[in-house]
Amino acid sequence: MAVQLDDAADQTAPRTGKGGAPPARRGSGRRPGRGTPAASARRTAATPARRTPYLLLLPALLATAVFLGWPMVRNLLLSFQNLNMKELIQHLTDWRGTGNYQEVLGSEQFWRVTSRTVVFTAVNVVLIMVIGVLIGLLLARLGTTMRLVLSAALVLAWAMPTIAATTVFQWLFDARYGVVNWVLDRLGRHSMAHYDWVGSQLSTFFVITVLIVWQSLPFVALNLYAATTTIPKELYEAARMDGAGTWKVFTSVTFPFLKPFFLATTFLEVIWVFKAFPQIFAINQGGPDRLTETLPIYAFTEGVGNLHFGMGAAISLLTIAVLLAMTAYYLRLTFKQEQQEENGL
Amino acid sequence: MKRAAFPTAGRIWPNAVAAVLALGFVFPVYWMFNTAFKPTRDILSEDPVWFPFHGTLEHFATAVNAPNFWTLAGNSVLVTVLAVGLSLVIALCGAFALTRMRFKGRKGILLTFMVAQMAPWEVMVISIYLIVRDADLLNSLVPLTFFYMLMVLPFTLLTLRGYVAAVPKELEESAMVDGCSRRQAFLKVVFPLLAPGLMATSLFGFITAWNEFPLVLVLNKEPATGTLPLWLSQFQTAFGDDWGATMAAASIFAVPILVLFLILQRKAVGGLTSGAVKG
Repeated sequence: MAVQLDDAADQTAPRTGKGGAPPARRGSGRRPGRGTPAASARRTAATPARRTPYLLLLPALLATAVFLGWPMVRNLLLSFQNLNMKELIQHLTDWRGTGNYQEVLGSEQFWRVTSRTVVFTAVNVVLIMVIGVLIGLLLARLGTTMRLVLSAALVLAWAMPTIAATTVFQWLFDARYGVVNWVLDRLGRHSMAHYDWVGSQLSTFFVITVLIVWQSLPFVALNLYAATTTIPKELYEAARMDGAGTWKVFTSVTFPFLKPFFLATTFLEVIWVFKAFPQIFAINQGGPDRLTETLPIYAFTEGVGNLHFGMGAAISLLTIAVLLAMTAYYLRLTFKQEQQEENGL
Repeated sequence: MKRAAFPTAGRIWPNAVAAVLALGFVFPVYWMFNTAFKPTRDILSEDPVWFPFHGTLEHFATAVNAPNFWTLAGNSVLVTVLAVGLSLVIALCGAFALTRMRFKGRKGILLTFMVAQMAPWEVMVISIYLIVRDADLLNSLVPLTFFYMLMVLPFTLLTLRGYVAAVPKELEESAMVDGCSRRQAFLKVVFPLLAPGLMATSLFGFITAWNEFPLVLVLNKEPATGTLPLWLSQFQTAFGDDWGATMAAASIFAVPILVLFLILQRKAVGGLTSGAVKG
């Protein structure tokens, strides 16, 4: 059991796009007492080839520098340039200093999109975390059969590729033959019989939110369930003996024990929802009337759609700044933790 | 592991809620397949037809006979496999160094990958477009492969770190005592134990690369040069009102990942369980 104590803390495995750490990742945690820093430091000293780690890391670092670093630098330079269709075709470089930034920061549209993005991200992440945790706790409470059934359903939803899922949701919410409108009609909301979901800002956001939450819940729920199985049951027994109810058990045992998990998952969901592109773009291209554009869509529409590449680059850098601000707390924690590990050598 | 964390009394409500939730999660997937197999008159009926009683394959025929389907499907498979394969090899080397060795700059390198993991690819398409255009590689699969490789690399590397750390050092050390070189010890002892980890990690790489949309949307404008997400989005624009064909197209796109998920998920779980027993 002691082997698994450390595992919840190691659930910081990040994910890209829709993927993520598999729910079964528990057990992959570092084992306390085995890979202690002191032991490995001795081993390194005994290894003759000091260049080995650098050689092993070289391909990864090189690839990152070329395929991530270069676009980032190019993006930064571009944000200080005036690059529209004309300059693009004639290969002109026209520097305009901080002009793009002044224009963007001075426009009402940018601030509207920014606050919309923050609210959109917050609403989605809160929904995903709260419902995801509830489903995870429910999984822990079910009998074997029902747990398998629900897990299988979650895995199926999790595995659906984003573009396919987005297309399916458009069909579910189709105005004329969509099954959602049919059900609402049957439930007595006859005004919904032919309701056009992508006709207004709020209803479009509603469809996008349902889609994103549906796609994200499996990751949180399955991982939370996996993490709860690493909690020693003595802790629960002690809490129960003290007469704690369900809520008290959650706040005094489950939550403190899984705090690293909650932090890491919230962080990942913030990044993922904030960057959500295909869902919003494919549902209605940020419409109606650009009212459901979030920052990534806004940067794309300005830069690629309207061929204002310099402006788009400035917006994308500001977008990165907003994302960093939203995740600063978690990043600082991680930096600190790494610092402590390093100092412990 | 027996779990006694929660009271077992009152199973009816949890089971009922779980059943409703399971239906909610499965329904969109079911409705995709259901629509794909239904004849058009059942799709466009006033009341939904809940089961494809008069199943037909005509929508699938429409989908696979749509322009460029086979070309783009081949492109998708090629790009995804190459990107994930490359990133696995590169990431494994890096993960091994970061987990098993202590050296100067280790922390900085680790943080580099953590930040790279957050890379907002969605908003960098503009500069990537210009770089690729200047290299004269628009409408080619080469940039896609390399950019997808890097999209999955940081995640793969950071996750594999956990799997490498979970393999006891003693195994490697005893292999080296028995006369293996460090490389042999790794290939013969550690690598086989990492197989489940590699499979689970690659699964998420596959999903990312298979799904990628903004970059291919901008870089590969020639109809025959893109990947399946592009095909599906264009298909939907062209066949938007033909929901049967659109759902068939979405099904064709989704099935490889659904199948891969089912296969690899089980392998990963099995591998970890056996590891836990030994540990």
